[in-house]
Parts: sequence; structure tokens; C-alpha cells
Amino acid sequence: MPVFPGRRERVSESLTIARGSGCPVRRKLRMHKFSYLRPKSIDEAISLMESHGERARYIAGGTDILVRIREKKVFPDFLISLRHIPELAYIRYEEAKGILQIGSMTTHRMLEKSPLIRRRYPILSDAVDNIGSVQIRNVATIGGNIVNAVPSADGAIPLITLGSTIRMRGPKGERTIELTDFFIGPGQTLLEHGEVVLEFVVPRLPPHTGMAYYKHTRRAAMELPILGVAVFIALGDDGITCSEARIGLGVLAPTPMRALNAEKILKGKKIKDAVLEKAGKVAADECKARDSVRGEAWYRRAMVEVLVKRLGKLCVERARVSRKNGQIDD
Amino acid sequence: MKQVLSFNLNGDRVEVEIETHWTLLHLLRNDFELTGTKEGCGKGECGACTVIVDGKAVNACIYPAMELEGKEVLTIEGLVGAEGKLHPIQKAFVEHGAVQCGFCTPGMVMSAKALLDENPNPSEDEIRMAIAGNFCRCTGYIQIIEAIKAASKGR
Repeated sequence: MPVFPGRRERVSESLTIARGSGCPVRRKLRMHKFSYLRPKSIDEAISLMESHGERARYIAGGTDILVRIREKKVFPDFLISLRHIPELAYIRYEEAKGILQIGSMTTHRMLEKSPLIRRRYPILSDAVDNIGSVQIRNVATIGGNIVNAVPSADGAIPLITLGSTIRMRGPKGERTIELTDFFIGPGQTLLEHGEVVLEFVVPRLPPHTGMAYYKHTRRAAMELPILGVAVFIALGDDGITCSEARIGLGVLAPTPMRALNAEKILKGKKIKDAVLEKAGKVAADECKARDSVRGEAWYRRAMVEVLVKRLGKLCVERARVSRKNGQIDD
Repeated sequence: MKQVLSFNLNGDRVEVEIETHWTLLHLLRNDFELTGTKEGCGKGECGACTVIVDGKAVNACIYPAMELEGKEVLTIEGLVGAEGKLHPIQKAFVEHGAVQCGFCTPGMVMSAKALLDENPNPSEDEIRMAIAGNFCRCTGYIQIIEAIKAASKGR
């Protein structure tokens, strides 16, 4: 007779008591059993997925899927790990082309620690600094965040604002689409069964750009946002006229979206408070804010108006700094 | 399904037979009986299960054991030196009263260790960010932050 009964015995004991007394059954989060496969290449991963079909799921960092398995929301028989494929975790920037490539298995921590991202793409730093905890960021990948397409996962907002594309490979070959078009509903994307996300590609930025992202939360950390707003403004040579503007909104709607009407308000105008204010109002009008557990539609719309203006100002500041620095080092 | 795994645990090379669906936390607590690493939420929110894998703090409760092949794992048990001599971070926690019920402490210490290994002189903000994923429901963090500060200076 062991002095300390094993977990199995304790669990079954508590279940019997709970059932007998008519109380709600308290279940310990026990792991569903699965096989864990570790392919060494993308092709091997795809062929494993093809042979196991719907019973298999890819696992990247696993910070979402393992929780969903423990909560008994999904029951895969096979997890196919993408962590042993060497060519999927990278941040590449080619100075000559000005194109940024982020491998799908790049962790949030890699992005957070990258001096290149902090200097040239602060909109991404603004976002990844506040995703989960250090422990999560060390493991969770940008590809996994995007593919899960949870409305509250805000990693996609800066990427769609940067005009990023997503490159995938599956049994039928390779394809690239605009990231904005990738999301079709909560948890739903255009990713087909068997397809692996390879990378995100951010096209060349116009000169003198400023960009910023803000995650609006109740707490300072370990929080899913009420909404997320990203603004991107490129200034002309005069340092005040907007040559290009992009506004990304997320969490407030089932999928992340661009505020295209508000972007039109900014383009070609001299960026002053009044213009930013108007863009904020238009963005609030066109956003598909809805009531959800994280926030109510009216509040989200009101905050879109405030944040578009506030981030627009920050963008102009950042664009001017990059313009000054640009004259020195570019 | 069973699988043999070989990795480094607290400085020792280990070889162990595991079930493929096990998490690192399950392996540590049930197989190695290293119960210093705690299970709090079991969902990667609270940080009670924090251990260090290849120099990085991770939540053991959602880390697949199958990913350990060839890796180096450090748990709270691995911090203690010869003859039970406490690690400077542990000592600082004791001296600053940074422990109340103690449940979050091993995870908190491991997050602090990962931080100080990477950044020996962190600012208070950096300390706060490093332990943002470790929940303490007793002390209120101030003593914990002071302890980590003291440990960083004591190095």
C-alpha cells in the first residue's frame, strides 16, 4: 500500500464521490493519447499528413494545440511536429531588395530580440513584446499564431498592415496569397489540409515610413486584447504629405481587417491632427466591431477612433526619425 | 506508443522510455520524481511549471516531452550546489522574504535564472517583463523583484 496514492487513484476517487453526491463532475485535465511524429523535411511532413488524413494535426510551438487537447476540444491521433525542419525558422532582410522574409517557425522571442525588426519594423516589435509571457514567446511561432486564426490573436494585425503575403506548400504544390485574404472566419483560414506555411514576405517599404501597433488591454501583461490597432504612414519628401497609409484592425471583429476607407482619407493629405481625427472616425464607422467576451462593439468603435489618431501621430514621429536617420546611414 | 528519449537533465545524461503524448512536466514529476516543478493551471498561463530548456524559460506543462531529444533541461533541483548549497537566486529569495506559500517559487526562480543568464544586469522593467508569466497569488511581487535585483548585483 503506497503512502501517497498515485494520481490515477485520486482522480477516480474524486469522480466517484462527485457522481454519487450529484455534484457536477470535476475532471482532472488528463492528456488525450497521440503519436508524435518528427519529420526532418517539409516533404516528409506533407506525406505523413497525407497518409494519416484527418486524424493528424501539425504542431508548431504547441502552446495552443496542447492546451486544446488537454481541454478535450480536439482529439488528434497524430501530431506532426514542424520543429525539426531546419529551413523554417529565420528572419531575412535583403538590403538591396528591401524585402523582409519571416520563416513560419520563427518564434515570437526571435522577433522580439531581433535588432533589425526593432529598427526597421517597430510595428512587429510593438506586437510581439506583448504576446503571452517570455515562456510562451520562447516556444510559440508566428506561423502557429496566424494559422490558428483565433480572433483574439493579434499577431496578424501588424503583418497585414505591412501588406505581407503568406507562402504555403501542400500536396498540390506551392502558392502565395495576400495575408489579408487568408482569414475567412474565427479559427478558419484558406489553409488546406496538409498544407504547411513556409513564410511571410513583407514587400519593400516606401521611404520615410512610420509604423506603430497598439494592443488595448486591461492588464499590463498576460492578456488578450480588447482590440488591436496598427497604423502605417509613409511621408513624401516634404516630410508632411502622406504618400501611403495603411490601417489594420483586429480582435474587435471575427477576422483581422484593413480600414481601407480611412486609409483613403490619409493618402495625399498633409498629416495634421484634423486629418488623423477624420481618419479615426471613418475607421470607427467601417470597422466590423462586434460584442464579445473581450469587449462591446460601441466601446471598440470609440477606441478605434482614439487609437487611429494617436498611432497616426506616433507614425509621423517615427517616420521623421527614420527620415533623419535615413540621411545618415542609408 | 512508447519511445526512448535521450537528453541532458540537470547536468546528467539520461535515457528514458516515455509515452509519446507526455508533456515535459509529466515526465519530470511522474517519472523522475522531480516534484519541485509544479503544475498550476496546466495551460501555460501561470508559470508554476517553468523550467529551462537549452537556456530558454518554457512552460513544462505544454512542452511535448518528444521535443527533448538531445536538449538540455534545467529544473529547480538542478540549481542546488554540492551539499545542498542554495543558488544565489534562491538565497536572495529567502533573504528578501520573496516566498510565502512557495507554490510559484520554483517557476519564479527559474524565470529569474533564465533572465540573469541572458542579461546579468536587468532593469526593474526587464525583471517585471521576465516574470510577467509567473503568477504569485500571495506576496504581491515586490519582494520577488527585490530578490532578483539583489541576486543580479550579487553575481
